[in-house]
Amino acid sequence: MSAGANLFAQQEANRKASRRLVAGFIIFIAWLGFGGDLIWYLSTRDAVNAYGSSATHIFPGVGILLTAIAAAMAWGGYRFGPTVLLKATGAREIETPSGEAEQRLVNVVEEMAIAAGARKPSVWIVPDDHPNAFATGIRSDQSHVAVTEGLLNELNREELQAVVGHEMGHIVNLDVRLMTLLTALVGAVAILHEGGFRMMRFGGGGRRSRSSNDKGGGGILVVVLLVLWIVSWLIAPLVTRYMVMKVGRQREYLADAMSAQFTRNPGALSSALSRLAESKIPPTAIPKSSAQLCISDPYHSKWDEREGRMANLMATHPPLRERVRRLNEMAYLSAPGMPEALPMETALQG
Amino acid sequence: MFTIVLLVLIVGFVFFAISAYNRLISLKNQVVNAWKQIDVQLKRRHDLIPNLIETVKGAMNFERETLEAVVSARNTAIAASTGGNVAATAQAETQLTGALSRLLAVVEAYPDLKATGNVAQLQEELTATENKIGFSRQLYNDTATQYNTAQQTFPTMLFAGMAGASPATLWEITDDAERAVPKVDLSFGAPKG
Repeated sequence: MSAGANLFAQQEANRKASRRLVAGFIIFIAWLGFGGDLIWYLSTRDAVNAYGSSATHIFPGVGILLTAIAAAMAWGGYRFGPTVLLKATGAREIETPSGEAEQRLVNVVEEMAIAAGARKPSVWIVPDDHPNAFATGIRSDQSHVAVTEGLLNELNREELQAVVGHEMGHIVNLDVRLMTLLTALVGAVAILHEGGFRMMRFGGGGRRSRSSNDKGGGGILVVVLLVLWIVSWLIAPLVTRYMVMKVGRQREYLADAMSAQFTRNPGALSSALSRLAESKIPPTAIPKSSAQLCISDPYHSKWDEREGRMANLMATHPPLRERVRRLNEMAYLSAPGMPEALPMETALQG
Repeated sequence: MFTIVLLVLIVGFVFFAISAYNRLISLKNQVVNAWKQIDVQLKRRHDLIPNLIETVKGAMNFERETLEAVVSARNTAIAASTGGNVAATAQAETQLTGALSRLLAVVEAYPDLKATGNVAQLQEELTATENKIGFSRQLYNDTATQYNTAQQTFPTMLFAGMAGASPATLWEITDDAERAVPKVDLSFGAPKG
């Protein structure tokens, strides 16, 4: 991210980055599935079965199997994901607000829905003293924003608005849909990876090796492709997980920038994020599996504050310092204590 | 071969033209909708005021003047909006915004008043109402800017004429009083500016 990027420039950069990531992800999955079918086809082009008819692999079964498993998992996530999550956290829906805090929350959600030009999501409160918030819902017109009681107690109105703005950003960007789909693809890869290697161990790969013996000249390309393909499958669970985590972090940055667009007050979000990170109250209602949906990682995973390969694989959220730095950039402030931050005078002269 | 290339180019261009045209039309409708949202929020504010006044009338007996200013500004705003004159509406709404922000300032100035539940509720409702109007204007301006940018940038600009697009006017502060930093008079009894 170049220095001094305003919020619209940051949004555009984030969108580009996640488009590239998602495209790369889909190409990789296609290679794992239909790439296998292609290799199979190439290696059996001249193959003949015991009855003398062609045994060429035409039907792209591997690709279709992978796609079908992913589709089934995505369907399950679409259909049940939001309800299951809200149930699991024990959230209650606020239909008619009672008391000042609930009224304020409902008002703030209405304000942010207006700012986003979206339909008002339903509002939920999670009985948990740990301050956090998440959004869910597969469609932007059937969405939910849930905040914990701890969040209501801890944040002032502007900070609450900024947090709700972040969740509204996820809603209008359809992030829950995107992440559900990508997670389903990761799951499908994991299932086939597991199943495939179990089959090989029990000698299921025998047929394939026989047919590759059958092939005629020009086999070198097939062998290279096959080796590449097998290596891809070996590393596939790690690679897909890495990519989906990276997309998720990119969408967090984007939702931060959306919040800044809606509130025109990025400082409020950075102060809210700092407060959430400082909180020592552990979560009781938010399950670990839904940590990636929250505005900041409720389990304060040590990976979230690090950079490097391991953190890229593990962290559900970008490092807080970087989020705050980008928000301050949108507010045309330089972040305090950052090595690259120049003193105000120098920054103005440069 | 040449005809195939030409055909591909033509089909590509047609698809491209359709998407540019549709983008402009969609933006145009979004601008219209965002403009209507401002009206919705203004109407909401008009409907809210009688209830608000009713809840705080007892607690704020001594600030009769401020309350009356709000009521009369509201009535002027309603009359202006039914008249359909945009300039008059804008001015009346500006007046109302001013009267409401004075009311909010008064509430802020008296901690005893804030302590009563009704008034805290009033304060929240006023803040929310003003925010909603502000955010609906912001959305209108953002959408109108997108629409205008699409009309002025290549390649969508080529289809602006076909889509009947014309630049949308941004909402801006028309009244100098609203642009000025609000002056809060905290002295009791003295006439309110």
